Amino acid sequence: MENKNYNDIPKEMFEFASVGDLRHDQKLDTKPVGYFKDAFNRFRRNKASVLAAIIIGFLVLYAIIAPLISQYDVKYNDERFRYTLPKSALSEALGIDFWDGCQEKELTKEMFYYYYAMGIETGHNAVKNQEYSTYEVENGRKKTTYYSFRLDTYHANGVIFKDFTEEEYLNIQKYQNETGIQVIYPITDKTKRPEASQDKDDANYWFETKTVNGKTEAVLNEDGEFTNVYQAYTGKDGYNSIRIEGEEPLYDYAEANQTGYKLRINYYEYYIYYHSYVLNDGITEPMFLFGTTNYGQDIFTCLASGARFSFFLAIIVTLVNFTVGAIYGAIEGYYGGKTDLVMERISDLLSAVPFMIVITLLKLHMGSASNIWALLIAFFVTGWIGMANSVRMQFYRFKNQEYVLAARTLGASDRRIMFKHIFPNSLGTLITGSVLAIPSVIFSESSLSYLGIINLSTGDITSVGTLLASAQPYLTTYPHMILFPALFISLLMLSFNLFGNGLRDAFNPSLRGAEE
Amino acid sequence: MYMFKYIMKRIGLMLMTFLIIMIMCFVLIKLLPIVINVNIGQDADIIKAQIEARGYYDPIPVQFINYVRRIFEGDFGIGVNMPEYRNQPVLEVFLEKLPPTILINIYSVLIAVPIGLGLGILAALKKNKWQDHTISTTVMIVISVPSYVYAFLIQYLLCFELGWFPLTMNSGYDYASPSMFLSMLPAVFALSFGSIAGYARFTRAELTEVLTSEFMLLARTKGLTRSQATVRHALRNAMVPIFPMIIGEFISVLSGSLVIEKIFAIPGVGKLYLDSINTQDYDFFMMLSGFYTFVGLAAGIVIDISYGIIDPRIRMGAR
Repeated sequence: MENKNYNDIPKEMFEFASVGDLRHDQKLDTKPVGYFKDAFNRFRRNKASVLAAIIIGFLVLYAIIAPLISQYDVKYNDERFRYTLPKSALSEALGIDFWDGCQEKELTKEMFYYYYAMGIETGHNAVKNQEYSTYEVENGRKKTTYYSFRLDTYHANGVIFKDFTEEEYLNIQKYQNETGIQVIYPITDKTKRPEASQDKDDANYWFETKTVNGKTEAVLNEDGEFTNVYQAYTGKDGYNSIRIEGEEPLYDYAEANQTGYKLRINYYEYYIYYHSYVLNDGITEPMFLFGTTNYGQDIFTCLASGARFSFFLAIIVTLVNFTVGAIYGAIEGYYGGKTDLVMERISDLLSAVPFMIVITLLKLHMGSASNIWALLIAFFVTGWIGMANSVRMQFYRFKNQEYVLAARTLGASDRRIMFKHIFPNSLGTLITGSVLAIPSVIFSESSLSYLGIINLSTGDITSVGTLLASAQPYLTTYPHMILFPALFISLLMLSFNLFGNGLRDAFNPSLRGAEE
Repeated sequence: MYMFKYIMKRIGLMLMTFLIIMIMCFVLIKLLPIVINVNIGQDADIIKAQIEARGYYDPIPVQFINYVRRIFEGDFGIGVNMPEYRNQPVLEVFLEKLPPTILINIYSVLIAVPIGLGLGILAALKKNKWQDHTISTTVMIVISVPSYVYAFLIQYLLCFELGWFPLTMNSGYDYASPSMFLSMLPAVFALSFGSIAGYARFTRAELTEVLTSEFMLLARTKGLTRSQATVRHALRNAMVPIFPMIIGEFISVLSGSLVIEKIFAIPGVGKLYLDSINTQDYDFFMMLSGFYTFVGLAAGIVIDISYGIIDPRIRMGAR
């Protein structure tokens, strides 16, 4: 008979399964990987998203740094350097015909000579390197010769007439004597200037001309050279500085008038003189990396400060919407029932109002002076609804799980359960949503400024949309004005979307490949 | 019966939402000080008297009741501040501006749906091959880049450099004429780019999901060829969410895109709306705001309802 009495087994009968070799839990070989660490690891493997993040980093860096290092600011503009083409120092160093501030031109003889003569007189070549080629077009019996060349938009101003006071006049002479750079060129003889009304006040006709059919044409001498029409020396010009003709004064350099003197100045050199000698504002030479706008603003600086504004706006809007959406969605989802129904109706109602109407009404009520506020509030009115919805979904999903019940049993308050236990579950979705919201805010802002609903170009603020809107009329003539803002915003949107998708896949691998 | 009840409920809710938004709009716009634009050759006193006679200075609730009553009589008000539409019935001007907007959007949907679906299906069938990678990358770029950037590109390259199309849309009313059609095309392309990418992405996502489901395996097991299984089973099931999207798109063609209309100078509703905002023309603003809100709401409902109709397994609104 076997002993079936298990209740009374004496203690001595027991022995350790393996004496002297007590098994302990083994120490973990790997480091614990938290939620964010895990997500980061997954994110890092997504090459496109990492690249996008780096590009975003560069764009942000550009927005922050460019206005600081640029010699221009948003308020800077120069009427005479309007529509200037992009130019980088690199192209000059390499000697290539790209990004050199030049424009391909095909002009008739008269117009070509106009630009060609500039380089002969001042040495500042409006025709790049004074190089050109010609071709002929036959139109019936008439043959027209066209000159094809690269027009340097930085030197296309040539010389201009400008009135100065005596003090300024002396100042320029002093500058010339100090640096040895010629700014003032001999004044032309009043009687020999072009007769056509549109060319009469153009200082660039320093050579002999005749008027044919209302157009001004150059008259060349037997050697095929320009003959100047400078005012012969009278000694009444008060000029005592560099002369182009040598020691002996041959020509007058100024024409006395009411304000003082009328001078013929080379605008390029005058610009350098004026900024580095008179204003002393750090501008050394006209050099616009992205060209200039129709007001003569530097696009490189304007775009950066517009981007800065856009980023700033987007981040504020996203932060506010994140907070509001999280709280609203948490309350909806956690309490459910009637609370949910009422709150859901409210957000449904708000989301049905087209954004256009919201911004219009706000703008009309707040006046045109506070466009930025109107824009911000319009984004706040409806922007949080998407966030609130995704938080609500997460709360519905998690609020009845056992660990929540456990927390409640232990006496945790509603607020603690909501934000300590359930909310972290939706953090991944929310962060992804926020990142994807940033480009959409920037996009909306640029569309609205483009449409002219809001106007941010007042004072020293500009935005990417404003730049695009002001550039659109010049799309066919000066495409560079639209190219850089459009390129910037495209790159920004693309990299934010890629980055956001990468984040979504990282935070929520089960959603990989599925949209939204 | 169930469907009918659901539709009625949704429409009722929609009308309520619509009414509340319109009341808010009306009150907010009427709270603003009244703007009177007087053009050269017009008497300010006469215009003021005209506006007073139309009841612009009555208390807002009275104005609203009058407004609603007039709407039921088919009178949406009269233009006040836009010089070219002064004293013209709002409804008439609106109906005159509607065709270009609708035509451009319908053309763009007609282009976008077949191309978008085709690309999406191709990408899904060739998943993870080079075709898929090319399509997916292009789609990602096209979806991200703002529509006005293509509009600029199209305008610069096709209209200016190549000279295939006029820079902006022709004015006039002969919408059927070939030259008019040609002048609409750039805007149509600009609009359809984004839609093509959207459809392609959505179709690819849906179809890949369906292709990996078990009934596809069953279809192959019972002897269908791959193409038979794809056409008869996968495509049909993938269409369930895609079709409502297309229907919704057709409804929202009415509202169009303000930015594209501005770039290509389309004489459509968008321009009218922007002008009415800039000149604060109340009746135009109310009518067009109502229109845009209504189109948005209606598109939402139609999408939801068509889900239930296309796939009876989906019981909309069921708990």
